[in-house]
Amino acid sequence: MALAEALPGSDLVRTVDGTPLRVRLRQAERRERLKAIALIAPLFLFVLVTFLVPILVMLFNAIHDPDIKNTLPNTVAALSTWDGKEVPDEPAFEALARDLKQAHKDKTIALLGKRMNYELSGIRSKVIATGRKLDGVEQGPWKEAVIGADPAWNDLATWAVIKRGSGSYTPFYLLSMLDLRQDVDGSIVRVSPDRAIYVDILIRTISISALVTFFTLILGYPVAYLLATLPQRTASILMIFVLLPFWTSLLVRTTAWFILLQDNGVVNDSLVGLGLTDGPLKLIFSRFGTVVAMTHIQLPFTLLPIYSVMKTISPSYMRAAKSLGATPFTAFVKVYMPQTLPGVAAGCLLTFILCLGYYITPALVGGPTDQMVSGFIAQAINQENNWGKACAFGTILLVATLILYFVYNKLIGIDRMKLG
Amino acid sequence: MTFPAYMTIGEKVTYIGLRVFVGLVLLFLIAPILAIMPLSFNSESFFSYPMPGYSLKWYEDFFFNSRWQASLRMSIIVALATTCIATFLGTLAALGLARTNIPGRAALMAVLISPMIVPLIIAAVGMFLFYSRLNVAGTLAGLVLAHTALATPFVVITVTATLSGFDRTLMRAGASLGAPPMTVFFKVVLPLILPGMISGALFAFVISFDESVVVLFLASPEQRTLPKQMFSGIRELISPTITAAATVLILFSTLLLITVELLRRRSERLRGITN
Repeated sequence: MALAEALPGSDLVRTVDGTPLRVRLRQAERRERLKAIALIAPLFLFVLVTFLVPILVMLFNAIHDPDIKNTLPNTVAALSTWDGKEVPDEPAFEALARDLKQAHKDKTIALLGKRMNYELSGIRSKVIATGRKLDGVEQGPWKEAVIGADPAWNDLATWAVIKRGSGSYTPFYLLSMLDLRQDVDGSIVRVSPDRAIYVDILIRTISISALVTFFTLILGYPVAYLLATLPQRTASILMIFVLLPFWTSLLVRTTAWFILLQDNGVVNDSLVGLGLTDGPLKLIFSRFGTVVAMTHIQLPFTLLPIYSVMKTISPSYMRAAKSLGATPFTAFVKVYMPQTLPGVAAGCLLTFILCLGYYITPALVGGPTDQMVSGFIAQAINQENNWGKACAFGTILLVATLILYFVYNKLIGIDRMKLG
Repeated sequence: MTFPAYMTIGEKVTYIGLRVFVGLVLLFLIAPILAIMPLSFNSESFFSYPMPGYSLKWYEDFFFNSRWQASLRMSIIVALATTCIATFLGTLAALGLARTNIPGRAALMAVLISPMIVPLIIAAVGMFLFYSRLNVAGTLAGLVLAHTALATPFVVITVTATLSGFDRTLMRAGASLGAPPMTVFFKVVLPLILPGMISGALFAFVISFDESVVVLFLASPEQRTLPKQMFSGIRELISPTITAAATVLILFSTLLLITVELLRRRSERLRGITN
């Protein structure tokens, strides 16, 4: 037994077996920490594999671009010293002819055509036709044969596409999301106005989100105020009106609006019945319908954070302001409203972030000109089978969302997010 | 209506105006949900009032048509599997997060919460690309994995909330009375965090049951869940059965809302928090 007092000259506090308490404490803490890590690890690994790695794969696919390099290996090699000033010479054409014939045989030429078509409209069928025409040709000169198969190969732009696609990675998809492209000489320029549609989509997404956020604030703020100042019992009952829609699935609420906004739906019938309009208004598949439905869905998200901040504001501040001679209006604007700003910021930011990613509601209630970024991601996958574009769009959306969440976290703190 | 004598005209107008405005906003919130419920009993297949007659045929279609029935069953299977895994993993992680000051707790939390933050469409694209390589895209397992990832943040948050007011001396009391750690967990900790766990489980169930974006991309036609069926039902042919489906789902979410609220009250009572 080596008790602490049995060791004269030592001022260390020791445990029963003689180890200094400090060491034992550290051991215990380490054990505790290991236990904690062991408890968290399963979920961490699960989220890593099922969620974070897929996101990284998406980011990777936004720049990964092996199609041209894989289908035209010889051409890419022949172009390695090409200066891009004029159409290359015979060796490059010979390599191209070899690659195209091989691609035709391997049936990978359609993939190449599709990839090149992203940068050069209409080239797809020409690439495939060239492969087919060259199939029987065994003798050069190749430059003549290839250009003979399709004059597009005498165009500098066609070769520039191949040259730009020589690497495994490309900025093409990300640049095109900003309506930019690389020119023949590699400089970054704006795309022609008829192809510049993506910035518009981004602006549309932001403006719909801003509009919805604005409306939810205008509608939600007074409701939050009344709920926070009414007696608890009355407020609890009125809260059901906010929480019931909040708990109803987004799809069900979108369905409800889809049905109500029909040309012969409840809203139009009521408007006509009240004599407010002569015929049915175009409510479904319109910007109006999209904004109304999204405002309805997002209203509780804006309202609840404002409400919870308002609940903490003591009424004595307002009384103090009034007793000092402020009119109710001045007292409200100068004393009450500034105190609610954290809630307003939290609610509005949350709604804005959630709006940016909306897909279901614009898809069902909106028209073609009301689709937001998510809708175009879905379109790129379902209709164009263009994963590079989908991933690049996704990357832009993700970056925007993360920046806003970073702001949110700085202002409010993500782990203080409440659920209902 | 009588006002206190000190109120000015302006204050009276504001008082009434505010209540009228709030009444209209609350009507806007609740009306769409209430309005489509009666339409599900319409005997004709159109979506407006007045209805010529009443009928239960859309409910008959919803509950007995093989497509709807299969999608309801698929949704319940996926949601139950998701709930079990998410509640288990999420509760463990919440217990770990509550234990000590782990280095990088904020970063860890950010990772665990991230599925709640990232727009669903992005998750859907990434998951499809990655899950195809693992050969789980278009399988039931893949869908359950995806939904579990999306649902776990809600379990972590609800259980962490329960643990935030947790009195750790109770565990020490149990241990000092001779209970081994496992007994302390099952006899002391579990009963106290159970309301939070059940709330988390309900959240997980709802997240999976209502999830309508990832399933559109990740699921093959065999995993046609209820939201997927509703989405295509709206897009392809508008059958009034969707009003019946919507009504059933609204009643379901009302039921859940009441349950979660009761659980929250019970949990606060158990932990000695009173309003």
